[in-house]
Amino acid sequence: MDSEELIRIENLTKAYHVGDITVQALRGVSLSIAKGSFVAIMGPSGSGKSTFMNILGCLDKPTSGSYYLDGVSVGQMERDQLADIRNRKIGFVFQQFNLLARTSALENVELPLLYSGGDQRNHRERAMKALAAVGLADRADHHPSQLSGGQQQRVAIARSLINDPQLILADEPTGALDSRTSIEIMAIFQRLNREQGINIVLVTHEPDIAQYAQRNIHFKDGRVVSDERVAERRQADRELSEMAVEETVA
Amino acid sequence: MNKVIQSMKIAFRALRVNKLRSALTMLGIIIGVGAVIAMVAVGSGATARIQQQIASIGSNVIIVLSGSINTGGIRMGTGNAQTLTEDDGKAIANECPAVQATAPSSRGGAQVVYGNNNWGTQILGTTPDYLTIRDIGIQSGQSFTGSDVDAATKVAMVGKTVIDNLFNGADPVGQVIRIKGVPFTVVATLVSKGQSPTGQDQDDLIIIPISTAKRKVIGSSKSNAQAVQQIMVQGRDGMTKLAEEQVRGLLRQRHKLQPTQDDDFNVRNMEEVFAAQESSAQVMSILLASIASVSLIVGGIGIMNIMLVSVTERTKEIGLRQAVGAKTKDILAQFLVEAVTLSVLGGVIGIALGITASLLISYFAEWSTLVSPGAIVLAFLFSALVGVFFGYYPARKAAFMDPIEALRYE
Repeated sequence: MDSEELIRIENLTKAYHVGDITVQALRGVSLSIAKGSFVAIMGPSGSGKSTFMNILGCLDKPTSGSYYLDGVSVGQMERDQLADIRNRKIGFVFQQFNLLARTSALENVELPLLYSGGDQRNHRERAMKALAAVGLADRADHHPSQLSGGQQQRVAIARSLINDPQLILADEPTGALDSRTSIEIMAIFQRLNREQGINIVLVTHEPDIAQYAQRNIHFKDGRVVSDERVAERRQADRELSEMAVEETVA
Repeated sequence: MNKVIQSMKIAFRALRVNKLRSALTMLGIIIGVGAVIAMVAVGSGATARIQQQIASIGSNVIIVLSGSINTGGIRMGTGNAQTLTEDDGKAIANECPAVQATAPSSRGGAQVVYGNNNWGTQILGTTPDYLTIRDIGIQSGQSFTGSDVDAATKVAMVGKTVIDNLFNGADPVGQVIRIKGVPFTVVATLVSKGQSPTGQDQDDLIIIPISTAKRKVIGSSKSNAQAVQQIMVQGRDGMTKLAEEQVRGLLRQRHKLQPTQDDDFNVRNMEEVFAAQESSAQVMSILLASIASVSLIVGGIGIMNIMLVSVTERTKEIGLRQAVGAKTKDILAQFLVEAVTLSVLGGVIGIALGITASLLISYFAEWSTLVSPGAIVLAFLFSALVGVFFGYYPARKAAFMDPIEALRYE
């Protein structure tokens, strides 16, 4: 296996049994993702993209086929082994943010460390660093209900960063946000990808959001139907500064 | 250790969110534990009281009473026939190896006068050994002696109730009282013994030598001047049962009873009588405690119910925790700690409530109650156990949730 590969998936299938009916959610998917890449996965509902993301995130196991994450076969691992992989290697960002209510931003960010074991002393410090990385160092004591949607999503991103993951999986991260805030979130993802080399896999149904990625993979009926490089990649940072200029002019 | 503290923190936060619900859930355990503590206190209070009363009878005491007699088909009650004699008492002391001491005694009511006061009381004629057997202490003065019995001296030892009613606070020792008009010198006052197990005042008596009693106070039949109503027998430690048999055998022999004849006396082993009372009190306390335990179990079911609701409500949170790396045991611990926190907190409050309740019971109902540290420890451990037992199923349900389903839950 190529050492520059982060993810290698071969002939992955997934079947669900709903009563007597068997639903083939994935019908043989093979692909590889190089280290340091930013990939968007697209497709209509029922295309199998959610199932694919769940397997990619080690939340689900494939029916057949193999999945190597950073050279380790994780496809048939046990429940608690998968939990450990998720804890150490993968960060999750959800459409609905999934922050714990009545819990401060800082404690929300610390949450994965609770399940990491090891050194417990520098939790606070590391969580503050992660919050600073998304520009929310001054909101550490705020509860989710006191934060805007964009700020909540940034807290969630900080939480996904806390264990220095190799991979961040973002499931419709801008689905609940307005377009300006969406660009801000994409700017953070692009910066993390560019500056820290963190792999980002993004699920979205908005084609213009997918344009922030380097590569777009389309799913349909449980198969990959297209896999292409983004010709003209959007740069969120530049768009934001242009918007700022426009606002000043106006 | 750190993990435990973390779990407790999470549990407390979760319980604080639904304060009213947590309080109501705990109420079940509070009432359960409180009821167990209070009921056990009532039960062991009753047992302790009986034990105390048994101790007041004296240890290893056997009472031999004059028996019923069958005269021409008419059977008289116990004590009506004067079949026992002072010599029987001496013979028992001398010939039964399992017997430590004996004291013959006869009782009779009499009016007692001191100065302007008079009081009707029990006069007990006996020998000085009676005090040892019944474990009666001398408060002040000196007991009369064997030679007082031989010489039929007119001396008396008075109980507390008599003193209270006759002497108006004056020191009785050395004073002269009149029993049925006969002057007696008070030589000693007796230590108070309180109520007997049958509810009699054991301090309402005057003890005088048995010889004097027969001649001057109670009187005796001319045909049987030796007769006494009862003989107090003290067995040697651990040999009361044997002593009882030896006494019965000796008396049958001395009274020349044929094997077909009934005893003309009655032997009562006081230890047996009170052992029966004590065990019935214990049965009562077990019964009370088990009824109270039922409410503790009902409280546990309450915890299970609320924990199930809580797990369902927090499905999404569980899914998130799983996604960020919580293992099965982490989630299990989280909800188990929450359930145990509820039950232990309830237990602690319940213990306080139970102690308060038993104090109130002894104050208002005037029952003696006894809160034992053992019962408190047991109630505490039991409440923790209830938390683990009834919290395990909901916690397991949470721990084995499918993370995908849980994350998708709305």
